[in-house]
Amino acid sequence: MTTPNTPAPVLPTRLAPIRGVLFLVFTLFSLCMPIRTLAANAFGDGLKSIQESALNDLGSRIESFAAVNDPRVTPVLQALLDGRLYSRKADGQMVYGDSGSEGITLRSVMDDTALGVASKFELRKISLNNALRSTLRETIGRLQLNIEDPEQRLKAVLAMRASADEHDLALVRSRQQIETDPRVREAIRLTLALADLDSPAKPLRLNAIESLQGQLDSGIRNRLTALLEKDEEGRFVEPDADIRHTAQITLAKIETRLAMNSALETVFFGLSLGAVLVLSAIGLAITFGVMGVINMAHGELMMLGAYTTYVVQQLLPEQPGLSLFVAIPAAFLISALVGIAIERGIIRFLYGRPLETLLATFGVSLFLQQLVRSIFSPLNRSVSTPDWMSGSWQINEALSLTLNRFYILLFCLLVFILLLQILKRTRLGLEVRAVAQNRAMARAMGIPTARVDAMTFGLGSGIAGVAGVALSQLTNVGPNLGQAYIVDSFMVVVFGGVGNLWGTLVAGFTLGVANKFLEPYSGAVLAKILVLVFIILFIQKRPRGLFPQKGRAAES
Amino acid sequence: MSFPALPLDKPVLYRVMALLAALLLIPLGNLLLPESSALHFSTYTVSLLGKYLTFALLALALDLVWGYCGILSLGHGVFFALGGYAMGMYLMRQIGERGVYGNPLLPDFMVFLNWQTLPWYWLGFDHFAYALLMIVLAPAVLAFVFGWLAFRSRVTGVYLSIITQALAYALMLAFFRNEMGFGGNNGLTDFKDILGYNLQQDATRDVLFAVTALSVALAYLAARAVVRSKLGRVVLAVRDAESRVRFLGYRVEMFKLWIFVFSAILAGIAGALYVPQVGIINPSEFSPLNSLEIVIWVAVGGRGTLYGALLGAILVNYGKTVFTAVLPEVWLFALGTIFIVVTLFLPDGLVGFWQRHRREHA
Amino acid sequence: MTTLLQKPLDSDEPVVGLHPILYMEDVTVSFDGFRALNNLNLYIDEGELRCIIGPNGAGKTTLMDVITGKTRPDRGTVFFGQTTDLLSLDEPAIAHAGICRKFQKPSVFEQLSVFENLELAMHTDKRVWPTLFARLKGTERAAIDAVAETIGLQNCRTLRAGTLSHGQKQWLEIGMLLMQKPRVLLVDEPVAGMTHQETERTAELLQSLAGQHSVIVVEHDMAFVRSIARKVTVLHEGSVLMEGTMDDVQNDPRVIQVYLGA
Repeated sequence: MTTPNTPAPVLPTRLAPIRGVLFLVFTLFSLCMPIRTLAANAFGDGLKSIQESALNDLGSRIESFAAVNDPRVTPVLQALLDGRLYSRKADGQMVYGDSGSEGITLRSVMDDTALGVASKFELRKISLNNALRSTLRETIGRLQLNIEDPEQRLKAVLAMRASADEHDLALVRSRQQIETDPRVREAIRLTLALADLDSPAKPLRLNAIESLQGQLDSGIRNRLTALLEKDEEGRFVEPDADIRHTAQITLAKIETRLAMNSALETVFFGLSLGAVLVLSAIGLAITFGVMGVINMAHGELMMLGAYTTYVVQQLLPEQPGLSLFVAIPAAFLISALVGIAIERGIIRFLYGRPLETLLATFGVSLFLQQLVRSIFSPLNRSVSTPDWMSGSWQINEALSLTLNRFYILLFCLLVFILLLQILKRTRLGLEVRAVAQNRAMARAMGIPTARVDAMTFGLGSGIAGVAGVALSQLTNVGPNLGQAYIVDSFMVVVFGGVGNLWGTLVAGFTLGVANKFLEPYSGAVLAKILVLVFIILFIQKRPRGLFPQKGRAAES
Repeated sequence: MSFPALPLDKPVLYRVMALLAALLLIPLGNLLLPESSALHFSTYTVSLLGKYLTFALLALALDLVWGYCGILSLGHGVFFALGGYAMGMYLMRQIGERGVYGNPLLPDFMVFLNWQTLPWYWLGFDHFAYALLMIVLAPAVLAFVFGWLAFRSRVTGVYLSIITQALAYALMLAFFRNEMGFGGNNGLTDFKDILGYNLQQDATRDVLFAVTALSVALAYLAARAVVRSKLGRVVLAVRDAESRVRFLGYRVEMFKLWIFVFSAILAGIAGALYVPQVGIINPSEFSPLNSLEIVIWVAVGGRGTLYGALLGAILVNYGKTVFTAVLPEVWLFALGTIFIVVTLFLPDGLVGFWQRHRREHA
Repeated sequence: MTTLLQKPLDSDEPVVGLHPILYMEDVTVSFDGFRALNNLNLYIDEGELRCIIGPNGAGKTTLMDVITGKTRPDRGTVFFGQTTDLLSLDEPAIAHAGICRKFQKPSVFEQLSVFENLELAMHTDKRVWPTLFARLKGTERAAIDAVAETIGLQNCRTLRAGTLSHGQKQWLEIGMLLMQKPRVLLVDEPVAGMTHQETERTAELLQSLAGQHSVIVVEHDMAFVRSIARKVTVLHEGSVLMEGTMDDVQNDPRVIQVYLGA
């Protein structure tokens, strides 16, 4: 019961996701400053009246103090209940005191500042009797249930559910009549249903059990499981068979939903892994699939994209969000330029000799790796993630999606659609497709094939750079970043069917999801090995992938 | 020359024998001459040259499939590593009770993992003959299964290259796992002796060098006999016009499979000779980068000529030793540049360049 | 399948006569919805020289692909002789059974000598181990020399095939077919890119082969077809439009319409 009532720390947390929220709250607080000052007097007066009150008068004084509209009221009452509220003998100031081995650590009631340590002889405890304690408990509960912020109310209801105190339940029951927030209403309903589980009336209990259907909260699940337990002699703890039966059915339904949720979560993780695979493979699908060029330096082009993100962040410190948006076009441009340079400088001399292209571009990849190692050091660089990308999206008690993976999934789809549109709608896209289908004919029709080759390669490389930006949000940026993905991305392209962007998309997601479904059974590394072996075997069966190019041209 | 009726011309045989004799002077120099002598080779040099020779054998193996049959394997390091692991397992068993934990039954890393019994696939490695069998069998079986699947379904060109690379990658990941029972990350090391001879002794190292040189010479003669046989001509024909060969009535996949398995066995032997000389085998030998380096040795020397492959391996590795000692960060730049320059300007390697030069000036 | 490879068929003495040696019945091949062959029926007699003509896309190359095992038809039967079901064999087995093919583009082994090209084609045990230990016998050497003479390359035996002229490469490929002791020769556009004299020599060569072997020639060059053909088959949209002598074919209104358009 203590956690929600301890004085809220002002801004000590370094947790990035909370920072934004706190910032907002802080701004709101500063806007409300004048009102607070007014309320502060009422708070001080109330406090004083409690301090000076005699025991038999304390009840009514607590009542009137509780009516003061100030966030500090509840903590004071809680401290009073817990026996942590003191008056300092030296100056009569009201303080919170926490006993420890060195004495009692003091904090100011007014503004929560630390006041050092004192011995108990320097302090006077505000004492209570049992009647007062129960009044106080009820008052605190009522206060918490009536707080304006629904979030706080929800917390209070959940805390009361855990304590399962009769008085609390009565309060919750009365709150049910006037509660408007749907989430709090639901929490209240469940709290009361759980309470009904212990009631002597059988229909009420059955009803309560049924109303718990589909709840994923582990506390609820534990209560239901408890109904089915046996004691040491093998007899059921719960004597009523009907209750047990209903509980069993409800529990089974809950388990199904849980399994579904965990499957959904696996699918999501799989899709997000797939998104990374698709992002890293899709540029390759263009250079390999459309141009027939094996670019072993593709991974290093992604690495360049990731390093671009790092550099942009160094140039725009304190603005991870903005720098990310700057990094996307910058990475595209840099990787595309490097790609064009590779194409013009090396690959164009090797068209029609794919194995030589493979070797030469591998040389380029070694060169780029060492270049980065020489410039940025061989150590990994970490790229910070903007606030809105960190944290997770809680869908229900059993399912939460990490935001950065979610955004990368979106980003991957966006890049895919954009690329599809470029190939479908633009002049460049038309020329690329023409050259891919029949190079000689395209040249005869006046398409500058050399320029188209360079542009196509630039496009594929640029997308590798963009993929690098996305990767920088997931892993550390280092010289070996590219190598880790090159085998995977080739597998995706080959599995999907060379020359088919949709194939790449389907293959990437399929492999990602398959990987994540295997992981719980086999472990991450073995899952990866299994997927690789599967693809190797698959290629034997269908050498042209899932979606092969058809027709006469593909025969040769 | 009655059986086997493989072509083997005498001049080449004499030349190889002369070269072998010259190579054998190196360990003799190490063993017999005083350190002050100009012809004395340090044990370090002997081991280093021995390592180069195993790489040369590996390059020879790759050249058979790439240079002669047109199969660019980006996973030949796998066969090398398998041969190496087979030898490593024998050497591990020879440690016996002399390990850190002094366990007579299990190698140190298994004791460390709290294993109670030796896994079944370690049984038999106490015997040198069994290890020799495995050195040949393990790469051969893998090459056979992989090749049978790949060649039968006519996976060719870059697709084949990519899946051989995937194979290497998958095996590397697998051997990194402790559960595999091959020492995980650290691999197999801390060897004590081979056939009862201490691996740290100069004489042992000299003999290992001599065995390696002899193996390379024999492998060269065998490979030469193969490429000059009719099978060699079929394989060459497969490289240049695969479907024509098929329509002539040859089962192309069987020929590819034969040369692939033969090559894998040579690579496995190279790995087995490598391990006792460097004293360690670990999963990084499976890494795709290692396999690609083999390709560059062959490319530099000149694919399609056997001595080109040998030469390339020795030259590139000598360069690597020099660079990594003097300017370690330049080595990758140099290697990358070699890849680019060789493919762009020396498609037939140094040997091809030299041959063309000689032809033009003849 | 393997028995064919183990026991080389000896077809030294071909039986000349009007027994059909190749049957194709009801053969259909479709690529992605497009029917390259459509219920095709074709019979070739032993020792016959047959020309197959037809506009582009009529299915000529697909026809050859089906006979040699490169393409599997969706439907239909293809028999070689009375008993050999070609659809159950793959390319090497079909080649070994005695059906040999010359490609449209000359395809010889450029890195090997003319002699070695012919040697590889030679009808012998073509399994892996026997090939490894194979040594040329005197009779085999003589056979190679004889074929080299037939194709007019007796003086180029040691030259690398890559250095030959275009026409010589075409002949070498025909020579490689002859080395296989075939019963049926499929010849795809043998005179494309040849000079006038080369064309004439090729015509002579092919005519001299007929009788001993069945020869199927696919060709575009009508003058060439006229000079060699006894019987011509016209393919159109994947089926046989008509069969007859060159005169019949050239005067047939359907053929004229197909070639000239409506």
